[in-house]
Amino acid sequence: MTANIRKLVVQVDETRREMGKDITPPTRRAVAIAVIENPYAGRYSENLDDLIAIGEELGALLGQKAVKALGIEPGQAQSYGKAAIVGERGELEHAAAILHPKLGAPLRVAVEKGAALVPSAKKQGTLGTAIDVPLGHKDAAFVRSHFDAVEARVSDAPRANEIVVAVAVTDSGRPLPRIGGLQVHEIKGEDGLR
Amino acid sequence: MIEIRRVFTHVEHIHHEFGPRADTPLVRGAIGAVLTNPFAGRYEPDILPMMALLDPVGVDMAHRLHAAMDVPLEQIATYGKGAIVGADGELEHGALWHVPGGYAMRELLGWKGSRAAYTAGKAEEKTGQPGNALSIVPSTKKVGPPGAALDVPLTNINASYVRGQFDAIEVRVPGAPAADEIVFILAMSTGYRVHARVGGLLAKDISKWDGLR
Repeated sequence: MTANIRKLVVQVDETRREMGKDITPPTRRAVAIAVIENPYAGRYSENLDDLIAIGEELGALLGQKAVKALGIEPGQAQSYGKAAIVGERGELEHAAAILHPKLGAPLRVAVEKGAALVPSAKKQGTLGTAIDVPLGHKDAAFVRSHFDAVEARVSDAPRANEIVVAVAVTDSGRPLPRIGGLQVHEIKGEDGLR
Repeated sequence: MIEIRRVFTHVEHIHHEFGPRADTPLVRGAIGAVLTNPFAGRYEPDILPMMALLDPVGVDMAHRLHAAMDVPLEQIATYGKGAIVGADGELEHGALWHVPGGYAMRELLGWKGSRAAYTAGKAEEKTGQPGNALSIVPSTKKVGPPGAALDVPLTNINASYVRGQFDAIEVRVPGAPAADEIVFILAMSTGYRVHARVGGLLAKDISKWDGLR
């Protein structure tokens, strides 16, 4: 089953100054969002295969859209994250079916590599509900400068029988990181952690 | 005086709204530039010097928005603009955007009029189709907290009365404007609401080229 997409939203947030200091080059976060129909709205289904397949489709679509919006090569992506908001006639497990089994592999193709876990958030919500999509470095989860989040929100979604699915990709960490920890140049990138 | 802190772009493709799926999705986009408000926290009688300095900011934003929307320029059918002023500013600071914001999109869209006349607020003689982007650019503005949402109106670029293209896009920059900031916004779309069906003037029937019909 392919996703019945009502709306696609892509946002780019570019920070050029923070606390009076120039950020050169600017830090940039992109979030690509799909508003889809929930095929299991209003009923309990033991099997969630349709949403798992939709997750795979959206991992590729939204990952590519976010990378394109940043205008970068896939290998220049630095951090990523994913999230879903389930409308009132759905259940939290529907978000899990989209996000966890199959969304990650095509997203990792879109950002090239991606040894680290894709951090995620999910919730139930209504029209205009905002979700903070967590961000972590794509190859080493412990890189402290790249712990961040970006807000995703669609003013007219999710309707009761819809799900909002968001994938975030950046080409940078926070604007002024200075709390130490593992640095980007120290990444081994083998175990996804360091 | 011009200090841009953040630039936020937002593009949406609307495929359907629970009716028939559109052959070509409606594309709506908005761009918000978060600027430091040089007049925050005091009453400044003379704010006009900032207006001229906003011209290049607007032109750059218009081009960035068009690039983000990724559609041919001829498909841009509507426009709108807005401003959200942080808590230490006043609504009048947002009004500085009326001229440079409108001018920026007109320049992008191939307007052939006189910039000097436009800045002076004087209408021009119109005969035939004298250029593109003849309509007034609809706008909204408000004073608001970080993350405040602004509904930016959209109307046809050549005839304000094109009913099927009356629309609006909600624009909101998470975390902005801070009290001493202003978010200046431009918005454009490729035209008709996805299931437009309440009649009225169609864009293909524009005949007067007076910005209205």
